Amino acid sequence: MIEVNRQGEVWVFAEQHLGKVEDIAFELLGRARELADKLGVKVGAVIAGDSIKSVCEELIQYGADKVYAVENNLLEHYQTNSYTKVLCTLIEKHKPQIVLYGASPVGRDLAPRVASKMKAGLTADCTDLQIGNHEIKKTGEKHENLLLQIRPAFGGNIIATIINYDRWPQMATVREGVMPMPEPDAKRKGEVIDESVSLSAQDLPIEIIEQVRREKSVNLKASRIIVAGGAGVGSKENFRMIWDLANALGGVPAATRAAADLGYIGKDYQVGQTGTTVRPSLYIAIGLSGAIQHQAGMSESKKIIAVNNDPDAAIFDVAHYKVCGDLNEVVPQMIKAVKEKV
Amino acid sequence: MAYKCIVLIKQVPDTSRITGEAMNEDGTVNRGALPAIFNPEDLNALELALQIKEKYGGSVTAVTMGLPSASEVLREAMFMGADDAVLVTDRRCAASDTLATSYILTRAAEKIGYDLVLCGRQAIDGDTAQVGPQMAEKLDIPQITYVEQVHELSPEKIVCRRNMGNGWQKTACKLPVLLTVTDQANEPRIGAARRIMKFKNAKTPAEITKEGGSEEDISLMRDKGLLIGQLNLDDVQADLQWCGRDGSPTKVHRIMSVVLTAKESKEVEPSAQGINDMVHELIEDHTIG
Ligand SMILES: Cc1cc2nc3c(=O)[nH]c(=O)nc-3n(C[C@H](O)[C@H](O)[C@H](O)COP(=O)(O)OP(=O)(O)OC[C@H]3O[C@@H](n4cnc5c(N)ncnc54)[C@H](O)[C@@H]3O)c2cc1C
Repeated sequence: MIEVNRQGEVWVFAEQHLGKVEDIAFELLGRARELADKLGVKVGAVIAGDSIKSVCEELIQYGADKVYAVENNLLEHYQTNSYTKVLCTLIEKHKPQIVLYGASPVGRDLAPRVASKMKAGLTADCTDLQIGNHEIKKTGEKHENLLLQIRPAFGGNIIATIINYDRWPQMATVREGVMPMPEPDAKRKGEVIDESVSLSAQDLPIEIIEQVRREKSVNLKASRIIVAGGAGVGSKENFRMIWDLANALGGVPAATRAAADLGYIGKDYQVGQTGTTVRPSLYIAIGLSGAIQHQAGMSESKKIIAVNNDPDAAIFDVAHYKVCGDLNEVVPQMIKAVKEKV
Repeated sequence: MAYKCIVLIKQVPDTSRITGEAMNEDGTVNRGALPAIFNPEDLNALELALQIKEKYGGSVTAVTMGLPSASEVLREAMFMGADDAVLVTDRRCAASDTLATSYILTRAAEKIGYDLVLCGRQAIDGDTAQVGPQMAEKLDIPQITYVEQVHELSPEKIVCRRNMGNGWQKTACKLPVLLTVTDQANEPRIGAARRIMKFKNAKTPAEITKEGGSEEDISLMRDKGLLIGQLNLDDVQADLQWCGRDGSPTKVHRIMSVVLTAKESKEVEPSAQGINDMVHELIEDHTIG
């Protein structure tokens, strides 16, 4: 446990793979910057790995004031115990008030272990973070400038704001893609601080026998226009229509979990709570019901068009353009209209 | 070697069936209005444990923390093949967050004894995926998260395949270990009729007492092999400062129910004219083109 320290820094765990920082770390730095400015404190990034020096400057460009770099060849591959030791050692030494992690497979493996060791609170999978005050109604006790950790719960049916006021640091994992990526600023200045943490065999209990990393075949997050198909499209052959409309618009296709499970398209294309979170300029939802788990990944889209033959489909609740009709007639018509006009 | 497996299971509200009635006025969820189910990925963890037992020998103990009514999922676990079941129940567990829950379950696991602890990747009510790793830290054992396959198990080591979302990893480590299991790992079996007949009357001491049963009835059930184990915080020698509200650093600041509605919306006729007009409008405001 570390003591409550309201002057502590706002930290981001900068996840990297083979010396390349993951996008989520930059997304987190953008928000950490805002939070730290509100609190009047500095932003720190913690990076651990083998040969990571070259990327420390990059973390500064994205918003870090200080980069705590732990370079050690034993840290080349992420392992729960060794990385936990790194984080806990640095947290004890520098006493940050907030530590943020990506809700990636690595972040979700690491953060709870660190929280347990530090006896600190942790909120999983946040979709928003703010600074705010909390009053305990019973006692009237006030806590100012806490981290408000905002996340969907109960399968996305409620939005909960979680806080912790009596144990530090305040920690959260944050979903990928929900916070906009900041613009790097090559002129930003910051400090790189070399840290060392002694590691022994005990800290590396896992043997990594084989590892296959597959880059996603599609970058939904970077797409301005997304055409998503659901189970209602009916077959893999019919799903061709979704591709055609996406192509005509210069966008990319996407799918619900149901459509991906049915094999209409690959899993990488899934949007939603357990898929990718997207915020494009235009999201066209075709033959999908708009289950809360799907909406969780797309409701931030600037414009939403829904095509569904069920007037009560939940997707219509979030759509800006509601096309109630048979997708087999509507979509070819849309392709035709786009091809003629654009 | 026979492996002693503990499987952590949770009874959760079926969040996929939330309707208006399940929401309270203040935006909180009325858990009572929702059907309670066996947390889906915990079924995968249980199935994996049962497969380990069948292939390598050992035993499977299902453990849940919750209200006495949660013994329902323990019975289901016995129908599927769990040898034993234990309910950790105590009023002082109320309001535990993941940190406190992992502490209490750690104390229970230490009392029961284990070579492997298995749990589902995450529960569908909270979706946090935190209790497993937090327990592993407290037990001071390695964790392997997102397990989708156990390739090999021996007294020296376990070899697993983990799903990393953007790929996979084959890893090995010594026992004891904690695994969190995903829904890709297997197809959970359904209860065997013979076991259902046998264990449908299995009960916890709390249930027996509630029905007016005496100490004698409890020991009678024990003799018949139908007593579900029950532990409270004293039994597991938990330090109360780490349990319940006191042991939970995270608190709820606010809860809102989700009402997603578009600010402005337009009905579009599913006709050539309607669609042409819509496309035209989107070009005009530079959304497309
Ligand atoms: C823990 C959990 C996580 C989940 N994560 C995700 C996730 O990340 N992403 C996700 O998408 N889902 C997710 N789901 C699943 C989600 O709950 C829904 O089951 C899924 O989104 C439904 O997909 P769908 O809308 O394609 O299918 P359906 O619900 O079957 O909807 C099909 C729609 O097509 C319409 N339709 C049918 N025929 C036509 C036609 N000819 N013309 C026009 N319309 C037609 C129907 O009216 C219907 O509305 C998750 C579920 C759980 C429990």
